[in-house]
Amino acid sequence: MKHIKTLTKGSFNRVASTMGCGECQTSCQSACKTSCTVGNQACENK
Amino acid sequence: MIHKFNQGGLYIVLDVNSGAIHVIDEMVYDILDYYPNVNPQEVTSKLKDKYLEQNILEAIEDVDSLIAEGFLFSPDKYENNIHFKSRKPVLKSMCLHVAHDCNLRCGYCFASQGDFQGTRSLMSAEVGKKALLYLAQNSENRYNLEVDFFGGEPLMNFEVVKEVAEYGKNIEKLYNKNFRYTITTNGMLLTDEITDYINEHMDNVVMSLDGTKETNDKMRPRVGGGGSYDIIVPKFQNLVSKRGDKDYFIRGTFTKLNLDFAKDIKHFAELGFKSTSMEPVVSEPGLPYTIDESDLPIINKQYDDLAEEMLSRHGSKEDFGFFHFNIDLEQGPCIIKRLSGCGAGSEYIAVTPEGDIYPCHQFVGQEEMKMGSILDKSWDNEMSTMFKNAHVYNKPSCKSCWARFYCSGGCHANAYNFNGDINVPYEIGCKLEKKRLETSIYMQAKIMLMEGNDD
Repeated sequence: MKHIKTLTKGSFNRVASTMGCGECQTSCQSACKTSCTVGNQACENK
Repeated sequence: MIHKFNQGGLYIVLDVNSGAIHVIDEMVYDILDYYPNVNPQEVTSKLKDKYLEQNILEAIEDVDSLIAEGFLFSPDKYENNIHFKSRKPVLKSMCLHVAHDCNLRCGYCFASQGDFQGTRSLMSAEVGKKALLYLAQNSENRYNLEVDFFGGEPLMNFEVVKEVAEYGKNIEKLYNKNFRYTITTNGMLLTDEITDYINEHMDNVVMSLDGTKETNDKMRPRVGGGGSYDIIVPKFQNLVSKRGDKDYFIRGTFTKLNLDFAKDIKHFAELGFKSTSMEPVVSEPGLPYTIDESDLPIINKQYDDLAEEMLSRHGSKEDFGFFHFNIDLEQGPCIIKRLSGCGAGSEYIAVTPEGDIYPCHQFVGQEEMKMGSILDKSWDNEMSTMFKNAHVYNKPSCKSCWARFYCSGGCHANAYNFNGDINVPYEIGCKLEKKRLETSIYMQAKIMLMEGNDD
């Protein structure tokens, strides 16, 4: 496309049997301890 | 729903519900104002003075094909997703308050200089072990369990930290668990022996430092007066130099009194720290250091400056990371995690030296938020359900917000402290989070273009 470059097609729609497995870190426990940022947590089931 | 913004000369659009992100030109940016119910004739007539008609029609085709593929204006299909509706939060993380005491007197401390509005006290090994046993026994089939040794200052009770950590490792096999430990410390009591222990046994270490000597010592004095910078910086550098590839964060707090925090993060990098974090202070409204609406333009500029600094170092030896700009656009958390939020009060709890349970460390000391005890096994189901249900679809301001799948509804403690309701997010926090998200996405776009991975 001439006018649009896609940076990512996104991962929200991915259907995985492991979705919601709950094994990932709780967001406040990585570094911040004060401001919730779930979007930068790592998935344990990559 | 889409969200578009421009930063650093780039025009960017997010498709909120799929997570797709596109770098667009200015013309597409303008055209998107006429979507989703676009009328090509209307667009060409409105924009014909700025762009060629043929180019406008070409761009409309591009946008339409992305819509058809589900990468723009895609619907929100998650509210009734069966995995989401049937999810059952399971306890898996614990903030263990091993010391309600501290050897610093930080001006902004949400823990009331370590005692959390209570009596200064240290957790006994017995309570600590019971807390880990409680976590192992109540975490159902979760394998990875996180425990953060927290305070106050946990090194004031380090023998107990060691005993409890060792106990956790001893019961892992019996309960089929993997304890992952973090310790959050101000560094004052670090010795070589403690440093080696932390590097061997703690999966992550969070070290508190606010930045330059001037910044740090203003808000982080010692109990008897005098700054902490000269004592802690060499200790932190020693720890990191011996840590290898294991995780760590050097973490500061900024307040209304030092809004120029980008220079403090750069100072972290100058000291050799590659993994940094800097948090806006959490405090009551009206205090001299509490951030308010009028501070936002200055803070936003700081994030912009920090981003440009990091981009200029990208790929070089001077490169460093900043927690809030870490974003994995391809393989981040699944949508269920994004919808569920931080997990406080359901997946995550804080335990005090007395064995009391609170929804998270930020609520400790607020008596009305006490939700049980690991000693008598009491557990306030009603409160836990309230926290479980405090997700983005139950928060009116989140339902229409483009950032809802990144912040997941924000911090419950901030919402409660400012608005008295965990379902009403703290607005300044939301604005800061949105700025950080835009900036981190901008950085990813810039890197993609710099590295030529845009085909």
